[in-house]
Amino acid sequence: MRAIAETKSGSAHPTLILWLIIGWAGFFVFPWYGVEDSVFTFGWLFEGYPLDDDVAPVFFQGISGQKGWLLPHLIFLIGPIFALNRPRSDPLHAKILIICGALGFGWLIAQGFSIGIRGWNFGWQESLFGPLGDRQFGMGTGAMLVASAFLFILTQGIAARGAVNGDIFVVGAIGFVITIVAIFVFYPIFNMLTSAFVTQDNSYSISVFFEKFTDRRLWGLGCLQGGRCGAAWNSLVLAILVGMITTVLGLAFALVVTRTGFRFKRGLRALTVLPIITPPFVIGLAIILLFGLSGNVTRFVADTIGIAPTRWVYGMPGVLIAQVLAFTPIAFLVLIGVVEGVSPSMEEAAQTLRANRWETFRTVSLPLMRPGLANAFLLGFIESMADFGNPLVLGGNFDVLSTEIFFAIVGAQYDQGRAAVLALVLLAFTLGAFWAQRFWLGKKSYTTMTGKGDSGVHPLLPKGLAIPVYLVVGIWTIFTITIYTMIIYGSFVELWGVKNTLTFKHYITAFSIDFTQEGVRKYTGSAWDSFWTTLQIAAISAPLTAAVGLVTAYLLTRQNFAGKNSFEFGTMLSFAIPGTVIGVSYILAFNVPPLEITGTGVILVVSFIFRNMPVGVRAGIASMSQLDKSLDESSLTLGANSWQTFLNVILPLLKPAILAALVYSFVRAMTAISAVIFLVSAEYNMATSYIIGRVENNDYGLAIAYSTSLIIVMLAAVGLLQLLVGRTNIGRRHSQPSSKN
Amino acid sequence: MLNKNSKAASVSFHNVSKVYGNPTTGVRAVDDVSINIEAGTLVTLLGPSGCGKTTTLRMIAGLEMPTSGKVMIGDMDVTNLPATDRDVSMVFQSYALFPHMSVLENVSYGLKFSGFKKSEIQDRALAGLNLVGLDGYGDRLPSELSGGQQQRVAVARALVLEPQVLLFDEPLSNLDAKLRRRVREEIREIQQNLGLTVVYVTHDQEEALAVSDRIIVMNNAVIAQDGTPRDLYDAPANRFVADFIGEANILDCQIVSIEGNQALVELDGYNVRLPPRDNQVGPALLGVRPNRIVIGKPGAANSLAGEVVRVTYVGNHLELTIKTNAGELFATSDDVDAPLESGTKVSVTFAKNAPVLLKN
Ligand SMILES: Nc1ncnc2c1ncn2[C@@H]1O[C@H](COP(=O)(O)OP(=O)(O)O)[C@@H](O)[C@H]1O
Ligand SMILES: [Mg+2]
Repeated sequence: MRAIAETKSGSAHPTLILWLIIGWAGFFVFPWYGVEDSVFTFGWLFEGYPLDDDVAPVFFQGISGQKGWLLPHLIFLIGPIFALNRPRSDPLHAKILIICGALGFGWLIAQGFSIGIRGWNFGWQESLFGPLGDRQFGMGTGAMLVASAFLFILTQGIAARGAVNGDIFVVGAIGFVITIVAIFVFYPIFNMLTSAFVTQDNSYSISVFFEKFTDRRLWGLGCLQGGRCGAAWNSLVLAILVGMITTVLGLAFALVVTRTGFRFKRGLRALTVLPIITPPFVIGLAIILLFGLSGNVTRFVADTIGIAPTRWVYGMPGVLIAQVLAFTPIAFLVLIGVVEGVSPSMEEAAQTLRANRWETFRTVSLPLMRPGLANAFLLGFIESMADFGNPLVLGGNFDVLSTEIFFAIVGAQYDQGRAAVLALVLLAFTLGAFWAQRFWLGKKSYTTMTGKGDSGVHPLLPKGLAIPVYLVVGIWTIFTITIYTMIIYGSFVELWGVKNTLTFKHYITAFSIDFTQEGVRKYTGSAWDSFWTTLQIAAISAPLTAAVGLVTAYLLTRQNFAGKNSFEFGTMLSFAIPGTVIGVSYILAFNVPPLEITGTGVILVVSFIFRNMPVGVRAGIASMSQLDKSLDESSLTLGANSWQTFLNVILPLLKPAILAALVYSFVRAMTAISAVIFLVSAEYNMATSYIIGRVENNDYGLAIAYSTSLIIVMLAAVGLLQLLVGRTNIGRRHSQPSSKN
Repeated sequence: MLNKNSKAASVSFHNVSKVYGNPTTGVRAVDDVSINIEAGTLVTLLGPSGCGKTTTLRMIAGLEMPTSGKVMIGDMDVTNLPATDRDVSMVFQSYALFPHMSVLENVSYGLKFSGFKKSEIQDRALAGLNLVGLDGYGDRLPSELSGGQQQRVAVARALVLEPQVLLFDEPLSNLDAKLRRRVREEIREIQQNLGLTVVYVTHDQEEALAVSDRIIVMNNAVIAQDGTPRDLYDAPANRFVADFIGEANILDCQIVSIEGNQALVELDGYNVRLPPRDNQVGPALLGVRPNRIVIGKPGAANSLAGEVVRVTYVGNHLELTIKTNAGELFATSDDVDAPLESGTKVSVTFAKNAPVLLKN
């Protein structure tokens, strides 16, 4: 017979037991504090385990008389045992779990923030409790396991009280996402906010903030009189221009692909994908090769027309061109979905109502694309604001916020406060754009998927529109092809503009391999270190990003719970936070206990997860909202729980979204620079930051050769992912069951 | 084969309300409803679109939780039990077949989570397919079946679990008219053979009358009437039910006197004797079915004088609109050869036991 209510509402609590065991393992077995290497190398077992302070589990830390503040965790790990023999419906069961989980978690956080590497972290604690003869470092595996145990004990308590229909999996997932977003998005941002108010002698003051905020270098308007403008104005104007131009170009591409008889659509699509797998600043490099002082075009013009070479491309024009080229494909990808999604039957309806093609486009198609246009603009705007590589390569005297932030942190002036203030300005701009977009879209419904089979066809573009659209696309295409030819060609040129002989020198410097006599290979090329690190970090963070993103999307589309709107906002927030800001806030927040992960690979992985998660969420939401909810519900009424439903029904139907999320986060982890540049260390250097370093040393050949190799590796990786994820066969799709027997 | 279900259980609602959204300002989809559905019967929830049928059904399934009140299945209080943990299966209006699983995998799906052995899962799933007449279709994908076959897979998938209660939400609405009649008969047959408790939602009164042991008519989130198909048709409780089930002429009348179980009712000089059904002397409402109106020669004793204003020939009967002083009447006549045409003067009487006083 069917396993029903008795087991589930009864007193067997397998999930609870599991988490208790994990908690105990964290308490008794694993080192509480972070160890030098990864825990999985188990080197810590030989460094005085279990008694040495650095590697001891909390239990031994506590009983050896020191660090007594760690022992109370045990109380809250023992408490839940008393809930085990009570049925879930017993209010006491829920109460015990909630109390133990909440207090345990709270205590863990409180002690972590209170006691740091110099004893008490806050002056008032010292005066209240007297000096503390001890100190502690960043939390490690043990602490993490115990914290997770507390978190899930708490969520099981909340579920037992009936939240979200008492669903353990859903409540746990919500709790988990909230916690990690709080730790890795809200906490660093908040922390950065406060550090903008910190004075030289470590006290807080508003005036410091205002002094830095009103700096002329930030808001000056000198460029109107031929001087230099402040970085804030520069960034803003640049971002608005980039947002508008990329949106228009992206729309033009989308229209050509969906609404014209253009014959090389596939080629066009491939061309627009290229810039996505290109580290953004590579385009900047190519532009220097074309238009720089010794660039091809510059010299050609100088030789033929006799115009003396100038540095015009260094500054706003160069950055603008590079960013437009780099970000148009993103706009295209957003808009293609929207343009295709406009229901053909609506357009056909307009035509039968006597609108001609142009009127149909203007009054029906275009307004229905509004959300897509707004999204494309927003993406272009944010990408431009956050872009770090192109302004660094091409900016010249044109200061923008992202590079200013970088120099405030790594430059001679080392000024955390200034970096924080600049980051806040940047954040204010992007959040402002985010709100403006919401406001513009308003509450109107733009639902274009009717859910019914839509067999209509999109009308072709009106003539008057098709010609300019073709023109724009043509120019862009030629330009892009030129740029990529330059990149490949440039990687073989000895020294651009000076010595134009072809050579493999750059590839050899970067990727040489020595075979010793015994046949042992040695990676002697200078790029190998950063290359392997990059591959490893990207391979680790891609599946994690996709997982977190899709679970979040599942919660947002399929579950109802209190505070869902704020939950959505929280998870999407990191989307509006430029990478530069993430980078700064991470080093400010995570180079001191309780979470001391600066300089490790973990901080890179974490930053990628939270930078790229919103895309996974969006992709997941988009495809999940096309799966009828009755699929999940029928699975539930057939006796599967929500985890089994997620695994058996939703995931297999989401393969396209999974693939999109995986590819996106993998590629992003390989090409990102804006956050990475702050977070790399000697041990964990990433390809992009290594390349930027070469560029700064004017070693363009090597930089371009390395970038070209990256592009090829990514192409291969994307293909491989496609194979791995596979496809789910659902046969030919009836959107409406036919009514014949 | 599947055995006669020994687990079929009763379902009862005790003052159940469901409010979507804000408890004070939100949509009240079900309002203080109490029902009792006996084990082994097929009960229909019938009502116009938006009256709260689906919501009621989903509360039985555990897909919605009541805002207040108590839901019992058998003698267990399941009010706060989620769908997974209830022994209830549901056939969805859209069928909700998993598109990435074969027919057999779909039917086995619920069995996998019920702790059966692999071989038994297979046997039961095949027996389920056999029951709905889909032997040999196990390896197809749902998208490779016709609408009627998909519907049967959905039924089989729910049946094989031998649930305490089986729910259907408008299961026939995606089928064409001919098929609808056949499938509803099949559903009824399976229900009776296996002794299942079935709650069946529809907005089609004919379907409800045909399949149900009992019908619960809902309107605006409350129960309008609860009874056997015959009760509802012959003795509708109120104007809404009279109108919704079959068609009815609803006329203003006057109760002249009440003696015991007989009320003397008068319509423009025409007198009939009827059970008063809680009405008092004074103005009242009278319902009469179109096929129970008798048309005679003008000037007959104790009748209503009328004039035919419209005649429509619809094949096996005539549809007539007759103007009388008591109001316009809609009538049907099997006598398709009757010399009736627009303008004919007639007299109108009601067949014995045909009219009912509607409760107020
Ligand atoms: N998820 C929901 N949120 C808000 N209102 C709902 C929801 N589901 C149904 N309703 C409302 O509740 C009422 C009853 O709906 P429903 O039970 O689906 O009606 P029926 O199945 O009888 O057509 C309707 O007014 C409907 O708009
Ligand atoms: Mg309904």
